[in-house]
Amino acid sequence: MTGVRVAGVGLTPFGEHAGRTGRDLFAEAALAALDDAGVAGDEVEHLNYGNFMGALAERQGHQAPIVTEAAGLRCAGTRYEEACASAGVAVREAVRAVRSGENDVMLAGGMERMTNLSTAEVTESLAVAADELFEVRAGVTFPGAYALMARAYFDEYGGDREDLAHVAAKNHANAVNNEYAQYQREVSVEQALDSPAVASPLHLFDACPITDGASALVLVSEEYAAEHDLDASVAITGTGQGGDRAALQDRTDIARTPAAADAAAEAYGDAGVASDEVDLAEVHDCFTIAEVMALEALDFFDPGEGIGAARRGDTTRDGDLPVNLSGGLKAKGHPVGATGGSQIAEMTRLLRGDHPNSDAVPDATVGLTHNAGGTVASAVVHVLEVAE
Amino acid sequence: MSDADPDPPANTGYDEWADALADGGYFIECANGHGSLPPRRVCPECGSTDLSEEPLPKTGEIATFSEIHVAPSGFGEDPPYVTAVVEFGSVRLTGIVRDLSAEEVEIGTVVRPGAERNDATGNRLIVFRPA
Repeated sequence: MTGVRVAGVGLTPFGEHAGRTGRDLFAEAALAALDDAGVAGDEVEHLNYGNFMGALAERQGHQAPIVTEAAGLRCAGTRYEEACASAGVAVREAVRAVRSGENDVMLAGGMERMTNLSTAEVTESLAVAADELFEVRAGVTFPGAYALMARAYFDEYGGDREDLAHVAAKNHANAVNNEYAQYQREVSVEQALDSPAVASPLHLFDACPITDGASALVLVSEEYAAEHDLDASVAITGTGQGGDRAALQDRTDIARTPAAADAAAEAYGDAGVASDEVDLAEVHDCFTIAEVMALEALDFFDPGEGIGAARRGDTTRDGDLPVNLSGGLKAKGHPVGATGGSQIAEMTRLLRGDHPNSDAVPDATVGLTHNAGGTVASAVVHVLEVAE
Repeated sequence: MSDADPDPPANTGYDEWADALADGGYFIECANGHGSLPPRRVCPECGSTDLSEEPLPKTGEIATFSEIHVAPSGFGEDPPYVTAVVEFGSVRLTGIVRDLSAEEVEIGTVVRPGAERNDATGNRLIVFRPA
């Protein structure tokens, strides 16, 4: 099995791109990734593209040919959709295609356009990721679903809103220097606590923003990187995916995310890496409580211990395990179909040493990314390592 | 984006199940005692296809809840409203809590199920009232 290298990464700034089409956003990220890789567009053999709500936001289904053309590629493309994990699965399938020997050069990433809709319309569109019959009809929104998980977590393990506010403050602090982040500003624990309620016990600053943006990665085989003398020092050495029942009501334990634990176990095994060898992680903090549950599912903390991680400083930039040095979904932004690719782009930059926050992890060699769909009914985990 | 549709398409299995909540309701049980909700051809827990309809317990306990302040467009229910997941033996149901304020709702509160129609969408709406 051949190894997979990240030859190049490309991102649009995350935020509000008023009036810009999804195809133009993705083209910007794709061209940036090809430029970063030093690979020509006609070398790409297939595009794996993540997108969740384009049929609702832009009335555009069948997006793969649209964005393949916009990026100037000469190959076919496939759209992947697993809600907010859409780009994560797109990358995972690209990794598998390269490993199989079928392809040497893949472009993988995703795009979401969201700010052209009203908040109520975005709320309606994101709710499509939940179970229509058994959850959405009962008024479950995306924040509402994570609020149900947060309440169940507090009841089972303890913790409170102030613990969650520390997660928000940490991730905002990390975003200050990230030129791609939607909110390059700090938020204090007090500000987070005082923000208005969205879905109790979660408040506005527990939630990621509504974001336009795109991400792209050029993934190549080790052999292709060597033959073409590419500067591709970071390898994707582990990939895993897990699934769970879609509706929270059907889960054994609403305060846990076993799909992420399954994805992590597969990715750790695939990479031959133990959880305590991971130097830094980018996790799917669509809501502050989601970061807490991710830390436990990824085996970084025991059940009930993840809630205090940010407050104790374990996961801050100076902690033992910096988490979401990009700012995370919380402060960097969450264009849902792009996020899984963005996390790997940011991790690659952090490990290569060309991220504004690379100075927090100068000796890091192993990074992990965790991308979740819905209320973690889908989860994708990747392990990235410095290969040379 | 949502237009009010007083007569939405049928969802056979689900519709009959929701309507039956007015008379106490039922759930699906497999030969190994696992609970689930319709429409169902196979037990998602063990794969058994030996399924039967059993009466739902008359009351259940709130397992978790949230007071939701931002509703989806076109949902019809005025926020804030309280959505809860309620445990009825081997199955849980999700619905909107009636006749209790958010301050009065707690994990463990005992409620009984019911079904209404959402006036804006025409969809069935699962509700819970204090037992």
